[in-house]
Amino acid sequence: MIDCVENRLLTSRRGLLLGGASFAAWAYLPKFARAADGRDPRLVVVILRGALDGLSTVAPVGDPDYAGLHGSIALAVDGAHPALKLDSFFALHPAMPEFARMYRDGHAAVIHAVATPYRDRSHFDGQDVLESGYAGPGRVQSGWLNRALETLPRGERVSSGLAVGPTTPLVLRGNAPTVGWAPVALPQADDDTAMRLVDLYRHRDPALAAALSQGLQLEKAANGDDMKRKPGNQLAQMRQVARGAAKLMAADDGPRIAALAFDGWDTHANEGGPVGRLAFLLGGLDGAFAEFESGLGDRWRDTVVLVATEFGRTARVNGTDGTDHGTGTIALLAGGAVKGGRVISDWPGLKPANLYDGRDLKPTTDLRSVIKGALQGQFGLSDRVLAETVFPDSAAAKPMKGLVA
Amino acid sequence: MARDSQAALVALNRFGFGARGGASGDLINAASDPRGFVKAELARRNGVLLEAPGLQSTPQLGQAVFAYQDQVKQAREAAKAAAPTEAPQQAPADQKPGLRRNLSLNTVATEIAGQMADAKPADTTAKPDTMQPNAAAPPAAKPAPQPLNVIQKTFRTEALARLQRATLVECGFIERLVVFWSNHFCISASKGELARIWAGAFEREAIRPHVLGRFADMLKAVEQHPAMLFFLDNQQSLGPDSRAGQNRKRGLNENLAREIMELHTLGVGGGYTQGDVTSLARIITGWTFAGRQGQLGTPGSFVFNANAHQPGPQMLLGKTYEPAGLAQGEAALADIARHPSTANFIATKLVRHFVADDPPPALVARLRDVFVRTDGDLKALATALVDSDEAWKAPLTKMRSPYDFLVASGRLLARVPEDPGAYLNSLNLLGQPLWSPSGPNGFPDTSAAWAAPEGMKLRLDIAAQMGARLGNNIDPLDLLEFAAADAASIETRKTIERAESRQQALALLLMSPEMQRR
Repeated sequence: MIDCVENRLLTSRRGLLLGGASFAAWAYLPKFARAADGRDPRLVVVILRGALDGLSTVAPVGDPDYAGLHGSIALAVDGAHPALKLDSFFALHPAMPEFARMYRDGHAAVIHAVATPYRDRSHFDGQDVLESGYAGPGRVQSGWLNRALETLPRGERVSSGLAVGPTTPLVLRGNAPTVGWAPVALPQADDDTAMRLVDLYRHRDPALAAALSQGLQLEKAANGDDMKRKPGNQLAQMRQVARGAAKLMAADDGPRIAALAFDGWDTHANEGGPVGRLAFLLGGLDGAFAEFESGLGDRWRDTVVLVATEFGRTARVNGTDGTDHGTGTIALLAGGAVKGGRVISDWPGLKPANLYDGRDLKPTTDLRSVIKGALQGQFGLSDRVLAETVFPDSAAAKPMKGLVA
Repeated sequence: MARDSQAALVALNRFGFGARGGASGDLINAASDPRGFVKAELARRNGVLLEAPGLQSTPQLGQAVFAYQDQVKQAREAAKAAAPTEAPQQAPADQKPGLRRNLSLNTVATEIAGQMADAKPADTTAKPDTMQPNAAAPPAAKPAPQPLNVIQKTFRTEALARLQRATLVECGFIERLVVFWSNHFCISASKGELARIWAGAFEREAIRPHVLGRFADMLKAVEQHPAMLFFLDNQQSLGPDSRAGQNRKRGLNENLAREIMELHTLGVGGGYTQGDVTSLARIITGWTFAGRQGQLGTPGSFVFNANAHQPGPQMLLGKTYEPAGLAQGEAALADIARHPSTANFIATKLVRHFVADDPPPALVARLRDVFVRTDGDLKALATALVDSDEAWKAPLTKMRSPYDFLVASGRLLARVPEDPGAYLNSLNLLGQPLWSPSGPNGFPDTSAAWAAPEGMKLRLDIAAQMGARLGNNIDPLDLLEFAAADAASIETRKTIERAESRQQALALLLMSPEMQRR
């Protein structure tokens, strides 16, 4: 109906800058620090919702128990789709050549066997802990990245946090000002959501199962694709989100801090090994890294992209060629400012006795230490601010040193 | 206190617009006394009428259209005078719901989600390369929106008032009845500018005052409303032997007369013949509304034009109606309203709408008897429906219409719409454009119509967009409690618990059988 004129509130960056006194400008770095080395740091936080299988992304191919546990979906350094060797022990998923190149150039790092303090395997609560920065779920409606932003000294430049996507993720919610951006064309319901719904209907409502399945088939036919619902669409979306965010952040008056989320990592069934569902998503993530690198241009030099997920997945493949909710997993860092080319891990081993609860990769590093290290390296936040304000009551999780060049 | 969550679902979903989220306590209240919860609304007479700032009467709105059309005409003539070679401009075309396929799903879904996200500043979408402060302060730069004409503005104002009412009421039974009767006696806004501007007023003026009143009064109010007379062409119908008919060599238009009997009262096979249709058409000649000149009365108001009325007695359904001007038609309508076929037709339709696509015959018979016994007392009819055992025993197999689905979603999310655009666009997309059915028989009322493959896929897309925009602020399991509590199936609960994010959980909850069926 054309009489529904969309009245979007559009604000140009110029408008944002001239937006009056109500809109505070926040600096990203104390002036003396900038003057000292001329760095202009940027931080992008990427949340992977659904719990990423760290053992399938950065595989401990050197661990004698890995191949047996991960079974049909284990990666290997030989075969038709060999994993990309990172060192003598770990190999990267073959769908991530861009990250592999950054790693070789010393601008990407992996931290393995990490977890937040949360141990109960619920996506909602796990994401709440990951993003809020508190030790337990449901305690607060603000995120650690926003609180970090709040502690930065105010200055003359706009460096509000940029929320990429239809809403501001919890990690960036709070008192510090943020700006929002999303691609105009939001994606349609993804394949995973559609399949979950069809499955529910099959059990509870066969008529709706038939109708929805048919509707999805019709769409596939219309798109001339019999594999997935517009798979290219989802990959293109991931790249588009990264490209847009990079463009905004590259500007001199653009935000220095951004957060976004990618969905779909809850691979309970048909996860796939070197090819398949997870490979497809990792390809999308790899594309996003490439977009950040090219879109940020000269600024990539001073950038850290931090990728984190709420928890890991079971070490043992399940009965449906997937993995269930687990504990330890990986965090990824990429960017010109990353002191990379390393897999940082106090490897716990995959022997039955070494698994957490006898089923998960045991976490040996607190994810908060990794995040603190990135914040400290980029913005110079003190141990005390990180332990009291950004991650309350987290003094035991010391910032990891030397992540940023 | 005994709580019956399954009965609460019947109370809230079969009879109402679904449970409201937040601190409403709707599901608990409905579970404590399901029938009482539904019937309580029938006792609130003030909950029937809809009055809101900016809502105008049918004559006022008619005059606004006439003035607008005059302006367009003057502008066109001025342009012609200035550039005589230029091709004549088109008058603003009316928006036809048939164009809904031209809408981009993403635009629509973005809108619905965006506007359902109320004024949370963090949840706005901007074009690429533009950002918006997620601050409480108004943004600095705001481009002027494309101005709407008076017809579009009115349509949106009316739609918003209706949506806000449906979102805020406790159970929603009365609002569901309004929607039922409004669809039974439908007009279509796509008929033209007058129909579009009058669509909301028609419902407020002809339907609402009688939803708990008498059927005969509603029938008369509907058939004498300018919107209906315009929609079914009666303002063009002239008695062949009337003064105007003789002068203009034009005659009857049977459109309204036929639909009165076929769709509004007796129903197909209700015992009328083509001769009866013609007779009724003659009887209601002269039922029209005053035009822009106001020669017959206040422009835009119902008038009886004696000059167009067919003189003489008419035989209708075996009875002779003596010539009495306007009273001749009013007497005929009063009799048709009392006809046993009408009682049967209305009872069947009401049970089909609320209870099951195949209405239980015993319940239909009971409602038919109530209708006859009370002379079409619609409050008694609604009460009898709520008092019936069938309505509480029949499984919840009816599919929510797109309108039901969107309103129920908004209620569960406790979001009062501030702008109707999102709802209007989604309704277009899902095949139920507001007040704009494709024919005088209104929108379909069976599950098959609304559980179609394409429609289900689009519902999922819209639910996913709502999830993406609103999911990160909600607890999906709390919402499931508000929506269905322990009446939710184990599979639905597990599906929501296992969702990989709150956003996905919300989409799945909105699409769950508990939210789709009523």
